[in-house]
Amino acid sequence: MIRSDAPVLLEIRDLQARVEDKAILKGVNLTVRAGEIHAVMGRNGSGKSTLSKVLAGHPAYTVTGGSVTYRGDNLLELDPEQRARIGVFLGFQYPVEIPGVSNLEFLRVATNARRGEKGEEELDTFAFEDLVRERLKVVQMDPAFLERSVNEGFSGGEKKRNEILQMALLEPVVAILDETDSGLDIDALRIVAGGVNQLAGPDNATLLITHYQRLLDAITPDYVHVMAAGRILRTGGKELALELEQRGYDWVDEELAALEAAGDRTPVEVG
Amino acid sequence: MTASLSAPGSSVMGRSAWLEPWLATLPAPSGPLEAVQVRGRRALREQPLPSSRQEDWRFTDLSLLQQLQQAPGAGDAAAAASAAALPPPAPGALRLVLDGRSDPLAGVTLPEGLQALNPLEIGQGLGHTLAATGCEQHWPVELNHAAAGTLLALRVTARHSVRLELVSAAGAGLLPLRLLLVLEEKAELEVNQLLLAPGPGAISLVLEAHLARSARLHHGLVALGHPEAALLGHLALEQEPESSANLTAVSAGWGLARLEPRVLQVDGQAVTTLRGLQVVDGRQIADTHSHVRFNGPEGQLDQLHKVVAAGQGRSVFNGAVRVPREAQRTNAAQLSRSLLLSDRARIDTKPELEIVADDVKCAHGATVSSLQTDELFYLQSRGIGADQAAQLLQRAFCEEVLRVLPAVARAWCPLEALQRQDGLA
Repeated sequence: MIRSDAPVLLEIRDLQARVEDKAILKGVNLTVRAGEIHAVMGRNGSGKSTLSKVLAGHPAYTVTGGSVTYRGDNLLELDPEQRARIGVFLGFQYPVEIPGVSNLEFLRVATNARRGEKGEEELDTFAFEDLVRERLKVVQMDPAFLERSVNEGFSGGEKKRNEILQMALLEPVVAILDETDSGLDIDALRIVAGGVNQLAGPDNATLLITHYQRLLDAITPDYVHVMAAGRILRTGGKELALELEQRGYDWVDEELAALEAAGDRTPVEVG
Repeated sequence: MTASLSAPGSSVMGRSAWLEPWLATLPAPSGPLEAVQVRGRRALREQPLPSSRQEDWRFTDLSLLQQLQQAPGAGDAAAAASAAALPPPAPGALRLVLDGRSDPLAGVTLPEGLQALNPLEIGQGLGHTLAATGCEQHWPVELNHAAAGTLLALRVTARHSVRLELVSAAGAGLLPLRLLLVLEEKAELEVNQLLLAPGPGAISLVLEAHLARSARLHHGLVALGHPEAALLGHLALEQEPESSANLTAVSAGWGLARLEPRVLQVDGQAVTTLRGLQVVDGRQIADTHSHVRFNGPEGQLDQLHKVVAAGQGRSVFNGAVRVPREAQRTNAAQLSRSLLLSDRARIDTKPELEIVADDVKCAHGATVSSLQTDELFYLQSRGIGADQAAQLLQRAFCEEVLRVLPAVARAWCPLEALQRQDGLA
């Protein structure tokens, strides 16, 4: 839902980042306002996942230039846990298995960390169980998954549902979902997308990182961005995703070459 | 005292430095263990101390034993307090306090199925399993022989099921603990043993257990020590066919903890499960030398040894498995997993498989790793601070062993104690 007077939640300006010695992000610009759903699309290696990890504070990535402000504050100076506590959520493409850490305990500790930041009371075991059982409905998850270790032995779909469950508990302000649709069959995709739709509201925003149009059939984006070579090459409405689906990414390469020849780094607005 | 631990690889101190004066403090041999005491004291005088020149003792520094100037069993208030602070015994369990001085069965009514061995049976059984498992002349065993004045010798009668809790707290000096357990056919025994050393001191544990056909033993040892305390433990088992033994040992906080589980499947066809978790920090040393021998076919071993090493801690694991020709169709698996939390900690892990039989499955593996960046980041990305995330991951690493401890041993909260004592993040 686009509202031009909605507050800016995330402002990314000329963001540059590298992993080891390899530059990946080469000047990303993006403004996300409350109530918006943005989709970031692009080939493998275009920098989509790096963008999500940089925003979440992954230690393997070094920011070499630009800025990211979150509700007016410098996001980049915060540790990953501080970013999460103030409402930045990363849904992992490959959720990590952590044998020995109970999913329930993990969810409770994480939820209480976020609640503490919001000035809310910590939930004890019983109160948390009530909350988590209610939120399980968002992703139609079996409560038995709470008793298992974090993501251990979960199928691809179960892991992604567990990610959305975490999102439902943490109630983020900006949710960045990195290829949440990968590895999902149609039913799982429907459930996960349904969860994201339920959680999207006028006060929060969602950044969907995806390869495919099919996720966008289930979650309607307000903006679609095409990433290539570490920056956003084009921005448009949902029809841009349809165009990508029909035309593939070859034309992106051609545009990129033309823009780079012209020394232009400004994203192209369409629609 | 602690500084002496900083010289790994150096030869241990000479016998005369403390051994003779210590032996002189021991009371004259007497009681049911008189012959054993005589034998042990003679052996200590004749045997050289283990030295770093011996492969089995290459990394084990016995300097901490120099403090054994006091009479065995001398307790102190801290030890008594730590034992008294325990939660009550589990329902249906018999708790015995082993203090190395008094008869642990005095005034105790034994439950149905549990009997004290008589002197004749003790005479026949004591030392049998130590000899069968090849450790009766080991130096730590002889140390126990020399000092132990009391003995807990019990039989679980056929088809009965018994739960025991054994609690010991060391004060200054050496606390020698000697146990002899006999499980008759189809008997079941769950023993949860807690060893505490709240301050400087030492515990010597020698346990022998004989499992008759189809008997089941579940022994959970939780040993929480002090940087100036030493633990020397031999756990020797003989298993008849179709018996099942589960030994789980968790130790942390000891300046030196050396545990030697030794198992003989006398005719194969038994099941042995060994679980170990040792936590070292500071300049502590944890040393496990396990030895399992299959003297018959179709025996099974499932062994998992885990280590968390922080600070300048050192961990040694030597897992010997012997599969002679008669042990066809043995199925043995041994895995050693170590978590290295510091650049200065050291892990030495060595499987030692001797396989002569040709139709066997014997798997072994060893991993040494630090905390995984991706796991830490995943937890941090959910708002969990770096320290708490590291603690959760350490706990998860330990949990694989802790979860097989019987419920009551878990109730002693070994992990919390481990992390508290060792200052792990």
